[in-house]
Amino acid sequence: MAGKEKKESGLWEYSPAPESASIGKIAPKYGLFIDGKFIAPAKGRYFPSINPATEAKLSMIAEADAADVDKAVKAARKAFGSWSRLSASERGKYLYRIARMIQERAREFAVIETLDGGKPIRESRDIDIPLAAAHFFYYAGWADKLEYAFPNRKPKPIGVAGQIIPWNFPLLMAAWKIAPALAAGNTVVLKPAETTSLTALKLAELFSDCGLPPGVVNIVTGAGATGAALVNHKGIDKIAFTGSTDVGKIIQKAIAGTTKKSTLELGGKAANIIFEDATIDQAVEGIVNGIYFNQGHVCCAGSRLFVQESIHEEVVRKLKHRIKSLRVGDPMDKNTDVGAINSKAQLETIQKYVRLGKEEGAEIFQPSCNLPDKGFWCPPTLFTNVSQSHTIAREEIFGPVLAIQTFRTEAEVIAKANNTPFGLSAGVWTDKGSKIFNLTSKLRAGVVWANTYNKFDPVSPFGGYKESGFGREGGLHGILPYVQF
Amino acid sequence: MARLEVLKTYKIFIGGKFPRTESGRYYSPRDKKGNLLANVCLCSRKDLRESVVAARSAFGGWSTRSAFNRSQILYRIAEMMEGRRTQFIDELIKQGATASAAKKEVDLAVDRLVYYSGWCDKFQQVFSSVNPVNSSHFNFSVPEPTGVVGLLADEKTSLAGLVSGIAALVAGGNTVIALASESKPLCAVTFSEVIATSDVPGGVINILTGSKKELLEHFGSHMDINAVVYQGNSNEELSQLRSLASNNVKRISSYDKDWMDTAQQDPYFIMDAQEIKTTWHPIENIGSEGSGY
Repeated sequence: MAGKEKKESGLWEYSPAPESASIGKIAPKYGLFIDGKFIAPAKGRYFPSINPATEAKLSMIAEADAADVDKAVKAARKAFGSWSRLSASERGKYLYRIARMIQERAREFAVIETLDGGKPIRESRDIDIPLAAAHFFYYAGWADKLEYAFPNRKPKPIGVAGQIIPWNFPLLMAAWKIAPALAAGNTVVLKPAETTSLTALKLAELFSDCGLPPGVVNIVTGAGATGAALVNHKGIDKIAFTGSTDVGKIIQKAIAGTTKKSTLELGGKAANIIFEDATIDQAVEGIVNGIYFNQGHVCCAGSRLFVQESIHEEVVRKLKHRIKSLRVGDPMDKNTDVGAINSKAQLETIQKYVRLGKEEGAEIFQPSCNLPDKGFWCPPTLFTNVSQSHTIAREEIFGPVLAIQTFRTEAEVIAKANNTPFGLSAGVWTDKGSKIFNLTSKLRAGVVWANTYNKFDPVSPFGGYKESGFGREGGLHGILPYVQF
Repeated sequence: MARLEVLKTYKIFIGGKFPRTESGRYYSPRDKKGNLLANVCLCSRKDLRESVVAARSAFGGWSTRSAFNRSQILYRIAEMMEGRRTQFIDELIKQGATASAAKKEVDLAVDRLVYYSGWCDKFQQVFSSVNPVNSSHFNFSVPEPTGVVGLLADEKTSLAGLVSGIAALVAGGNTVIALASESKPLCAVTFSEVIATSDVPGGVINILTGSKKELLEHFGSHMDINAVVYQGNSNEELSQLRSLASNNVKRISSYDKDWMDTAQQDPYFIMDAQEIKTTWHPIENIGSEGSGY
C-alpha cells in the first residue's frame, strides 16, 4: 500500500472505477406487458422512474388502473388453460431458457438495476442478477418432479397468481415470485414497485424473446392503487406479496372474505447476536454486511445488534472503525459499498427514525462521508445506548441504521431477541457449536444465520414467523404456496 | 332403596386446573327429549385471555421437549381415554348418538391419538430438508410449531373433531386453546379430565366451553394467539375470523371435514400449524482436495 495517501477520514484513496451505463438499454417509455405485448394504459397515464443517485429521469412508466389490471388478469386466465396442460417437462424447459437468457444479459440487467434502484453495481452484478437466474434454473427442474415434493399427494396448480413485489431487490423478487408459480403450472400478473419497474419490464422483453406463450406472465406497473386493484380482482386465485407488514395486514384483511390463497413476506427487525467467544473481526464484518448491505433496504437486515457486555467496548470500537472505511456514493462505481437510498420518501422515513433515535436518548455515530450533491444518501449509522423500548429498536427502519444493545446471559438475549412482533431472521456469532444450536432453535425466526449473515440461495427456503408473514419462498418448501391438492 | 346418582360438575380446563368460568355464567344444553345435559360454563373473553397466558407459558417447555417424549404423552392420553371408554360412550348417547355411533366415535378418537402419537418424531424427518446451497455453507430447513393455537372445534361431533384437532396441534409442539362443540360439550370436559391424568404439562391443552358466536371474534383478535384452526363451514364465521386475524398476521386454517371418516388424518394437518426455519452455517473447507476426502 506504500505510495497511497491515507486520508484523515481513514479512507484510502481509490480512483473511480465506474461501470459503463451504455449496456443498459432503457426505452424512453414503457407500456404494460399484457398478453405478450406492450400496450398503452387505458387512461394514458405515465409516471417517471428516476435514478436515485442523480435524480435524473430514466424513463416513463405506464400507470395501470383497474381496467388495465382486469385486462391482465383475463389474459392470465386465458393462458392458464394451455399453460397448466402443457407437459411439465416443457414448462420446465421454458424456465431453463429464461434462466440462461438472464445469464446472457446479466450485465445489462445489473446496470439497469443499479441505475433504477441505487444499489451498488457490485451487489446487483454479483448477487441480485446471478441469484435471479439461479432461481429460474432451480425451479425449472422442479416442474416435472412436483409429486416428489409432497408425499402421498398429487399437486395441481392453483390458477392465476397476483404478485406484488418491493423495490429493494426488484429483479430478484420478480424471480422469486414468477419461477415457482410457473413451474407449478400457474400463470401470473406481477406488479413491480413503482420506483423500480425497469428490470421487470426488461424481463418481460426477455420472456417474449424466450417464446413464453402470451399471457403466462403479465406485468402491470403502478403504485398502491394498482396493487389494490390486483388484490381485489375476483379473477385472482392467489396473492403473493412482499413488502411492509402494514400493507401485508391490509391485504390479509382485504381477501378475508374470499377463497384467495396468500403468501406474505413482510417486515423484520432481526436480532444479530454476538457472544464474547465469537471471532470478533469476522463478526464485525458480518454485522456490517447484515445491516449496511443494500443500504439496509433488506427485510431481514440485522438491525438490532446484541453484544455481550464484556466485549461491548471492543465491538463498538471496531464497528466504528470499519464503517469509516465503507465507501458511500456512486452506485455505478465498482468500489462502492453503500449506494443511494431508493427514493426521497424512503430517505425521509430513515431520517425520521434517526431523529427519533437521538430524541429518545440513544447515542448516534455516523462517519463523515463526502456525499454527492444530488440524489438520496444516508451514511452508515449506528446507535449505542439503545434500550428495548426505543422506537429504533422496535420498528423496521429499512435503512442503514443499526441499534446496539447489550446482554449478559444466553437466556436474557433470547428473551430480548424474541421480544418483537416480527420473526423473519436472526444472526448468532459464537465459536461454540452447542450454543449455536441452542440459539438457532430458540430464536423465533424463519431464517437464522450462524457465523454468517444475509446469505440467500434458490434452494434455501425464506420467510417469516409471526408478523413477518407466512409461506416460504425458495427451496422445496417454496413450491407449496403455488400448488393445491 | 334406589341409589341417587352423583352428578358431575362440568368445568373448564385452563393451565392444568379445572376452574369454573370467571364470569359465573352458564348455559344448559339439553338432549333431544329436553332433559338437562348439564349446566356448562359459558366462557368469557377473560377466560380465553387466561387460557392464552397459560398456553404461552407452556409453549417453551412443550415445543422444546423431545419428540419421543411428546409421542409418549400423546400415547398416554390414548391409554387414559381407552380406560374411560364407557364414560365417553354414555355421554355421547346422552347427547343424542346411537350406541353404535357412540362406540365408533370413541374408538376413532383413541385410535387417532395413537396415530398422531406416532407422527411426533417423524413428521420433521419427512418435511425437513438439507439444502445444497451454491456456497460453502451447511443449510437445513425444519418445521417448528407456530405457537399458541386456537381451535374452534367441530360442532357436529363432540369428540372426533376436537381430538383430531388437538392431537395434530400438540403432536407438532403447539399449545392449544380449544373451544368445544357448543351443543355437545360433555365429552370435551371429560377429555380434559383425561388430559389432566396423562402427563400433559399444564397449559399445553386448554379447553373452554361456551358460545362460538361470542368467542370467535376474541379468538380472531387476540394478539398473542399465533394461529386459529377452524373446523366448520360457515363462510360468515370464517371471513370474520380471517379479517380479525390480519391484526397480528395470524394463520387461519379451516377444515370442513367429516372427522368421523377414518381417512381424515395425515401429517399435513400437523404441517398446517408449523413454520419452516432455515439455518445457515459456514463450512470451513468444502470440496474434495486431497486423497483423504
